[in-house]
Amino acid sequence: MKNILRDPLSFFLRVLVYAAAVLTSAVIVCILGYIFVKGVPHITPSLFEWKYNSTNVSLMPAFINTLIMTALALLLAGPPGVFSAIFMTEYARRGNRIISVVRIAAETLSGIPSIVYGLFGSLLFVVYLHWGYSILAGAFTLAIMILPLIMRTSEEALLAVSDSFREGSFGLGAGRLRTVFLIVLPAAVPGILAGIILAVGRVVGETAALIFTAGTVARIPADLFSSARTLSVHMYSLSNEGLYINQAYATAVVLLLLVVAINTFSQALAGRITKTEL
Amino acid sequence: MTGQHYNKTSNARGAASVSPAAGGHAAAGKHAAASSAPRVRRAGLADTIMYAVFLIAALISVICVLLICLFLFANGLPPIIKIGALEFLTGLVWKPASGIYGIAPMIIGSLYVTAGAMLAGVPAGVLTAVFLAGFCPDRLHRLLSPAVSLLAGIPSVVYGFFGLVLIVPIMQSLFGTGKNIFTASILLGIMILPTVVSVSETALRAVPDNYYEGALALGATHEYAFFFTVLPAAKSGVTAAIILGVGRSIGETMAVIMVAGNQPAIPDSIFKGVRTMTANIVLEMGYAADLHREALIGTAVVLFVFILVINLLFSIVKRGMKA
Repeated sequence: MKNILRDPLSFFLRVLVYAAAVLTSAVIVCILGYIFVKGVPHITPSLFEWKYNSTNVSLMPAFINTLIMTALALLLAGPPGVFSAIFMTEYARRGNRIISVVRIAAETLSGIPSIVYGLFGSLLFVVYLHWGYSILAGAFTLAIMILPLIMRTSEEALLAVSDSFREGSFGLGAGRLRTVFLIVLPAAVPGILAGIILAVGRVVGETAALIFTAGTVARIPADLFSSARTLSVHMYSLSNEGLYINQAYATAVVLLLLVVAINTFSQALAGRITKTEL
Repeated sequence: MTGQHYNKTSNARGAASVSPAAGGHAAAGKHAAASSAPRVRRAGLADTIMYAVFLIAALISVICVLLICLFLFANGLPPIIKIGALEFLTGLVWKPASGIYGIAPMIIGSLYVTAGAMLAGVPAGVLTAVFLAGFCPDRLHRLLSPAVSLLAGIPSVVYGFFGLVLIVPIMQSLFGTGKNIFTASILLGIMILPTVVSVSETALRAVPDNYYEGALALGATHEYAFFFTVLPAAKSGVTAAIILGVGRSIGETMAVIMVAGNQPAIPDSIFKGVRTMTANIVLEMGYAADLHREALIGTAVVLFVFILVINLLFSIVKRGMKA
């Protein structure tokens, strides 16, 4: 009380800050709590049956499609992302014009909304290249989407490797390529991995970019040119149809757990690097 | 911090080329300074090939941007010209069945929803960042900070679903309509929270301690010092956070579709349904054909231009931060 009288503005500001913190925490608890409380009771074995039909509303095919989609997208975006980071940190000269062009391109890519990616993927892969709604079209679209993320995190990881590593390697007579692959890259692996796992999280959570590229067929695909829905698209279809609201809750729980696990893993890895570096 | 250490050496690299005797640190940096440095060993064939591979990898992102621009503009500009740019952008009626394509309601819808999201998310986000940077005990920080980044990882469909099953019914009973600008704004406000919080917090922490200490020494309270010296000093970082939030909410699709109502008309109150540009694309792309389909791609072009402008603003602000 004495504080309020002495300095009302200070007190008011403090209350404001605390209120915001409480609000943010409440929002987090509310979202997670509500979905878990509503969803966990509806997680049944039938939800995990191999084939999807309208009685079991199984998420298993969508789950497997998500795994395939993630693997493909990483295969497509991983090597270019990491190699590009190697070019930017180990090879390019300072002030090289290519660096600034690449950086602007990556920044532009990371700002593009996923629906624009989806439309672009649909125009290029589905229509222009005649792939139709297919896993491959979806994977290529997502690969472009996660490319800037992998580039940036890999670059940060490579930059975090102490220059003494490079100097030591050069001092022992190793060439640039040997130094990059045997010395710098191994030291940067945890950071690069953290970025890749973050990218996995984005792939798993993505919907808008997939609806018009990979389509919404709820089956495990026969080949790369068949349409397949991932878990997020499955989730969207369920809540859009509005017929299976309980299963939608349960699917939301599975999706949430998956994404939270992925992000926590990534943070743990990233945390480990900063600790070892310090 | 390693990052800072690196920056120092890289500055030294720049200096090294001007004055070769810039001290041991600069000389050491020179070795790592890629191909500008004297070759440690003659480059073999493998080196040359891999250099090309790395260069091509780096150029992939540039090629992607060019491809996206090419395909969007090549497919989206002709219909805009065919319909008439003015008519397309300012037309108030969207009736594909009768061949009337005006996307003004959608542009306005996107702007309304984004503005609402800013009103809902920015004050809470910035104040939470202030809490995390200056008012939070260490123990609580270890709990709250990961929780906020967890919020960033939640997929937008899950947000949309949450809005649909919890916020929409509440709004319905309070205001008569469930799916409206207000609901969408609140949901988007929640979705941009993690971005605003983490970017603002980083900016606040980057302010040198002596700003705060100086304010205290002049007799300011902890709150005064934080709000009137540290926060203004972090202004450009907070601005960058807000611009990022704008970009995210104008581009958000799935969550907005599920809670905004999607009526393609200019709303006369915030408790009316609204359709954003992103929603327009997703809702009708599935069945659209011919000019209708092209008009949707035109909508994406308009959205893309908005995003490019926002990106440009962001990089200007970021450049201002460095200077």
